[in-house]
Amino acid sequence: MSEKRIALELRGVTKTFGEVVANKNVDLTLHHGEILAILGENGSGKTTLMNMIAGIYYPDEGHIYVDGEEANIRSPKDAFAYGVGMIHQHFKLVDVFSAADNIILGINDGTKYNKKEIAKKVSAIADKYGFHLEPGKKIHEMAVSEKQTVEIIKVLYRGAEILILDEPTAVLTPQETEKLFNVLRNMRDDGKSIIIITHKMHEVMSISDRVAVLRKGEHIATVETAKTTEAELADMMIGKKVSLNIERSEPKNPQRRLTVSNINSKNEDGISVLDNISFEVNSGEILGIAGIAGSGQRELLESIAGLYHLDSGSIVYVDPKTDKEENLRDKNPIQIRELGVRLSFVPEDRLGMGLVGNMDIIDNMMLRSYRRGHSAFLDRSKPRELAENIIKSLEVVTPDAHTPVRRLSGGNVQKVLVGREIAASPSLLMAAYPVRGLDINSSYMIYNLLNKQKESGVAVVFVGEDIDVLIDLCDRILVMNSGKITGIVDARTAKKEEIGLLMTKSTSIAEDEAAQKGGAVNG
Amino acid sequence: MAKQEHKQPLVHIVKRSAMPFKKALAIRAAAIVIALLLCGIIAMMLAKTNPINIYGAMIKGAFGTENKIWNLLQDIAILLCISLAITPAFKMKFWNCGAEGQVLIGGLGAVTVMYFLGGKVAYPVLLIIMIAVSILAGMIWAIIPALFKAQWNTNETLFTLMMNYIATQLVAFCLKSWVKSGSGVLTPMEQYGLPRIGHRYLLNIIVVVVITAIMYVYLKYSKHGYEISVVGESENTAKYIGINVKKVIIRTLLVSGAVCGIAGLLLVGGTDHTITTTTVGGRGFTAIMVSWLAKFNPLVMVLTTFLVVFLQKGSSQMQYDFGVNNAVSDIITAIILFFIIGCEFFINYKVVFRKKEDKAVKEAEQK
Amino acid sequence: MIAFLTSAIRLGMAFLFGSTGETITEKAGHLNLGIPGVMCVGASCGCLAGSIYYNAVDGNLNPFLAVIIPILATVIGGALMGLIYSFLTVTLRSNQNVTGLVLTTFGVGVSNYMIAQLDAVSFGKANIYFRASLPFAEKLGWFGKLFFSYGVFVYLAIAIAVATTIILSKTRIGLNLRAVGENPATADAAGINVSRYRYLATCIGCGIAGLGGLCFIMDYLGGNWEYMIDAIGWLAIALVIFTVWKPSLGIVGSIIFGGLYIASSYITGVSFALKEILKMLPYAVTVIVLIITSIRAKKESQPPQSLGLSYFREER
Repeated sequence: MSEKRIALELRGVTKTFGEVVANKNVDLTLHHGEILAILGENGSGKTTLMNMIAGIYYPDEGHIYVDGEEANIRSPKDAFAYGVGMIHQHFKLVDVFSAADNIILGINDGTKYNKKEIAKKVSAIADKYGFHLEPGKKIHEMAVSEKQTVEIIKVLYRGAEILILDEPTAVLTPQETEKLFNVLRNMRDDGKSIIIITHKMHEVMSISDRVAVLRKGEHIATVETAKTTEAELADMMIGKKVSLNIERSEPKNPQRRLTVSNINSKNEDGISVLDNISFEVNSGEILGIAGIAGSGQRELLESIAGLYHLDSGSIVYVDPKTDKEENLRDKNPIQIRELGVRLSFVPEDRLGMGLVGNMDIIDNMMLRSYRRGHSAFLDRSKPRELAENIIKSLEVVTPDAHTPVRRLSGGNVQKVLVGREIAASPSLLMAAYPVRGLDINSSYMIYNLLNKQKESGVAVVFVGEDIDVLIDLCDRILVMNSGKITGIVDARTAKKEEIGLLMTKSTSIAEDEAAQKGGAVNG
Repeated sequence: MAKQEHKQPLVHIVKRSAMPFKKALAIRAAAIVIALLLCGIIAMMLAKTNPINIYGAMIKGAFGTENKIWNLLQDIAILLCISLAITPAFKMKFWNCGAEGQVLIGGLGAVTVMYFLGGKVAYPVLLIIMIAVSILAGMIWAIIPALFKAQWNTNETLFTLMMNYIATQLVAFCLKSWVKSGSGVLTPMEQYGLPRIGHRYLLNIIVVVVITAIMYVYLKYSKHGYEISVVGESENTAKYIGINVKKVIIRTLLVSGAVCGIAGLLLVGGTDHTITTTTVGGRGFTAIMVSWLAKFNPLVMVLTTFLVVFLQKGSSQMQYDFGVNNAVSDIITAIILFFIIGCEFFINYKVVFRKKEDKAVKEAEQK
Repeated sequence: MIAFLTSAIRLGMAFLFGSTGETITEKAGHLNLGIPGVMCVGASCGCLAGSIYYNAVDGNLNPFLAVIIPILATVIGGALMGLIYSFLTVTLRSNQNVTGLVLTTFGVGVSNYMIAQLDAVSFGKANIYFRASLPFAEKLGWFGKLFFSYGVFVYLAIAIAVATTIILSKTRIGLNLRAVGENPATADAAGINVSRYRYLATCIGCGIAGLGGLCFIMDYLGGNWEYMIDAIGWLAIALVIFTVWKPSLGIVGSIIFGGLYIASSYITGVSFALKEILKMLPYAVTVIVLIITSIRAKKESQPPQSLGLSYFREER
């Protein structure tokens, strides 16, 4: 095998945000004419690393070399000058402009703005690699896959030799993914170098020449795809199990509390964000939900809380006292409350959804309860008591209860939010990433609070990102990918690698069963 | 690190998490003082006299005689009333730039009742109808843009602006139809106005004091006020706790329009007893600045209203004393407002130079 | 009828300057409610410069200088107002609505001051040159009257509106500018300097809008400056909506607005009262356009997406 020329090389790249180390001493090489997949969990620093190559961030330490020469990339413009172009997960396109206008936006090459010439050039690039694109079509009339095509051509138009794609397949259907991969292979054969971030293991196996694995900001290894296995990669990505010493009791007298059956939802681009999801939640247990961020966890919780529209399926809540069943689908939060459903929800976006940043702790306490009573006026006495209680019992660090929550630190904000939701004495408690950004002590306090709720018979749903925590805290773990449930495992016996594999698997349990049956019949 | 020191931009702007109230107040006070000094210099050049005389004239203009104090209070009352009216809408981030029209229409309602029913029905009945019509007229004028905003997200700033001029022309139409003589001036109908208690401005002032108290309580202690705050701060949170955002928008604009109607009633029924197209005189716009400067707090608004009215009264005194044009008051008011608007930047943001960068990033992370 | 049309066109051009200027500003994402003030200040600067020149030459005006000096002064005055606005909203990130309204207060104050200070005789003389029409206009009968009987402002306004249309839709600068108003984060990522575009567009836009004020006084009023011109400014803002942010439509729109505004003086057999209703029409029509565009929700006829919002890169 002939030695390939190196297109891009990172040496000892480190980037910190405050005290958080996003990347630590990362080395990486990319050859001409190859597709390198980058694999890693949430927070493993993939996107930060790529953003440094693309000029969005600047590394604190380390060097970047393009074609053997040291490159000083301070802005996306600099990156283009070095022939590096990145296709971000969130498209940066002007909706009312045509594809061609978006592609040439910001370029000042001295040539006249001639729509026909530009359209010709755009079409030429599209044809060369096998894209389908109408240069005159407006972005807002396009499907997601077309928008992605525009982004890729935008980068190619600027003469990029190195393309970075951040989770390009997250928004695509399997058919569209296959098309994209064909295009990427064409580009590779044309000598371009491509870095692709993806969470789907089978995509890594099918598209990449080599795989670089990142974990907690560090580069673990780069291996040749042909010489590795899915299991080995998952192993590298997840790492060894770390024991956390979270006390876990056995579920007492579990009763069915919530049954989710076959719910489906497509977003405005027609992509399935919830794909035939069915599961049950029992009282007295913690059901963990694992998955790479954006696999449908947020939509799932929000649809249960009455905040997200479903296309089909049902969400049935069983009242613990009367055993009455209520379908929560298509009800808003107030209607759900009026049905007597004691549902508490700690959303992922604490200050943007769960709390109002500019209001003080007391006013935030009554967000859910202020309607109580017939008076036209607010009763602040009970919220004040509650605020004082929470500050005391959860050790919230704050000057007083009149402090706007925006001024509290992340951990204290979360204590206020979780404290309020628990104070509503729920029978179903959902928490999305409740320990994100929290220090160890605050995290353990939250784990303990959830455990206490579980012991008092509450059904707890915990969406987490740290697999060690999920395994040690939860009773069962439901794993999601691309809006599908790829597995439900017993947390007491589950292996970390097993969950890692499920997180990157792209078929749901139901599909697996159907395939097995089909296979059995055929066989 | 040393090798890369030129790579980060020299000046870096970071959003502050929050500034202690006292420090923020000090920055605002400093801005006002600097602006006042600057205005003193400008006035000095125009009036060709020393600044002490100028500030003296301003104080004289505002408080010089008993009559001046009454005038000052009356102007504060009206401007404060309009500022209070738009506050609920602004707090909800509904840019109601249509107070000018809503007040004028409220006044038109009052004058219409006076014109058609004056002398025909008993005075108490007239009074009740007049109050009801004014309030209703203000509400209608406010609800139209609100409905379109709630239903189709029609840009409320532009919509309410246009409604102002429609109201102006409606008043012009009524005046032309009622006044047959060429003068176009509707004779004041004092006998059908609001009752007089003591000084002729006293009733207005009392009404506005009461409205201030009610608005303060409404915004701070009522469930409606709470919902307004939540919707204004974050529509996502509002949805999370099940607030019907459309309903709140419409309800709040009804309140806003009603208070504008009352302001119109006070201007027409309680002060002028007639109407012209300039009865409101731009106060609908000044109110936006007053309310915004007070950070939508009704009690602080008393102070900001005082500041603006004091400047106007003070500068018109300069006209008498030094022969300076009356328009100087607008210029001075605007300059002071520019300073106050500008100083908000230093309250909300922090300018960080390169060497302090690490600290700034930490602070940014903390929020 | 010809008299009505020519008059409508002459008034319309004051609106057209204002709306073209405001369109440029809004395309960069700035909802500048200070346009009435900008027009006032523009007119003030122009008249001030004109009267200084008049006094300097003891009334012996050179026709070319008598026109060009006020025009330049107006553009500079308007641009300075734009600079104040941009500094507050871009650099200091102030609220655009409040800043604009204060700017209007400021401008109206300045123009009121100037009305009282300046000697009206000077622009009474100067306006002759502003209104000087092409010599052959008279010879062509009604045709000449309708198309060639105007002073420099009419042609200047149309030329600027056409040029703006071309720049906005047919050049890279226009494309970049529109991107800044639609989606500043995207523009920023594409390497466009958002702040610089916003500053420049606002200053240029305000300079052009200022000409509207001068045009109104020198051409339409015939140098007879006696009342505030902020009402013209609000109509110019209305015109921007009416023409769905297209200066080319503005040429026709401004004439319609001008016609509606003066229709009352030309229509006979209608009561004085109904004439006031006629004056309401420009605003009413604008509201209807605003409503229709929002209901149809057609992407192309919406206000620029980030209109009224400050851009702060770190917030992305």
